[in-house]
Amino acid sequence: MIWVNALVQGVLLGGLYALFAAGLSLMFGVMRFINIAHGDFIVVGAYAILFFIVGLGLPPALGVFLVIVLMAAGGYLNQNLLLNRVLGKDILPPVLVTFGMSIIIQNALLEGFSADSQKLATGWFETSSIPLGQELAIGLLPLLMFLTAVGVIAALQWVFYHTAMGRMLRATSDDPEILPLMGGNRAHTFAVATALASVVVGVAGIWLAMKTNFDPAAGPARLLFAFEAVIIGGLGNLWGTLLEGVILGVAQSIGAQIDAGYQILAGHLAFLLILIIRPTGLMPKVVK
Amino acid sequence: MGIIGPNGAGKSTLFNLIGGALTPSSGTITFKGHDITATRAAHRCHAGIARSFQIPHPFVGMTVYENLLTAASFGNAGFKDSKAACRDILARTGLLPKANRLASSLTLLERKRLELARALATGPELLLLDEIAGGLTEAECHQLVATIKDIHASGVTLIWIEHIIHALLAVVDRIMVIDFGKIVASGPPKQVMADPLVQEIYMGISVDDVA
Repeated sequence: MIWVNALVQGVLLGGLYALFAAGLSLMFGVMRFINIAHGDFIVVGAYAILFFIVGLGLPPALGVFLVIVLMAAGGYLNQNLLLNRVLGKDILPPVLVTFGMSIIIQNALLEGFSADSQKLATGWFETSSIPLGQELAIGLLPLLMFLTAVGVIAALQWVFYHTAMGRMLRATSDDPEILPLMGGNRAHTFAVATALASVVVGVAGIWLAMKTNFDPAAGPARLLFAFEAVIIGGLGNLWGTLLEGVILGVAQSIGAQIDAGYQILAGHLAFLLILIIRPTGLMPKVVK
Repeated sequence: MGIIGPNGAGKSTLFNLIGGALTPSSGTITFKGHDITATRAAHRCHAGIARSFQIPHPFVGMTVYENLLTAASFGNAGFKDSKAACRDILARTGLLPKANRLASSLTLLERKRLELARALATGPELLLLDEIAGGLTEAECHQLVATIKDIHASGVTLIWIEHIIHALLAVVDRIMVIDFGKIVASGPPKQVMADPLVQEIYMGISVDDVA
């Protein structure tokens, strides 16, 4: 029963990793660029919700709303004012700029919130669980976290395939050079993609704040998990990202069951194993 | 109007200049009485200029219909009902049966038709066709010419670069010959094609041989 429990916990944890990865996957899918500060933006989201709810005492719903709106606006502006200037044929400039952002964010958070580990206490919400038989129970928080991930990915898929904005993003992903000749604005499209990704980052940050302890330097490790889920899931494939998030979560959870020290290692080993067996990812996007 | 000229004469470069992919080092480009030399490609599309590419560049991950909708939602058209307009264009370009296929699954003729349809979906007044008949069989070429004639008849101005002269002659009322970036002849097709200089540089027939 312990193993079944580890499996279930792992699947649910996978939801969080999928949330980490979805924003990264979206940005890569549309702009072919990896945001090195992605993990740090997630941590910013976590601090933001902590600040709004604990610091300012705002109602949780308002706090969540503010985080999402601010992340979207920040993402749009960041892309339009800064990142669009460095995106081009050379892949190095955006990597360097986002690496710089990562350092700036970590230090700013350190300055503003100290190095102390934080967590957003949610009271009854984090201790409630749904019992499944005598020995097994599913925590309400991890369950809702997983359902959020599924919901976010389903929503993104819907946007991609059923809205004009989605068509614009997919067209850009296919051929950014042609878009202007159709009268499209590439800078705006890129900014919309980042805004959308930033909303997902904000949601991921909120769940991070509730699920685990975090500190100003927690970003790069989140980036690593996101990376692994994106690469193994198949670049630009969101359902594949969810699947790999789950595999990563299960591997970690089972690793932890063997020995608490094996948790992170087991996740990375699973990643390497899949990379060896399926170098193009589990559900590769068809590239012609 | 048709444009002909040997490889490397500057025909596609001319399209890149008109479409806004390249900026001229000197001179101005005027469209409908406005100087558009300094405007960007997207602006020119909104102004009513569209082009098709020599090598088709569809959005491969999208269906034929979505390709058109994308162009329609950005372009000049301002369609009241862009979905209906796209269906109409699909019908006119013979792509209706393929509307929900992925663009990557199309044959060459269908891809050429999609280039044409997508350009039309931006609602152009001036349509630049870059060797759209190239690589097609005789029968396919014939079908495409019929479609292009229909588009021309609907009031869209065409500038058409083509090596397949008889396809060109079936549609255009003026021909311009370019060589080494210069206009060497221009006028009604019959007159231009009879020009000995044109025959020499374009057809590779030397005036001396004829004489």
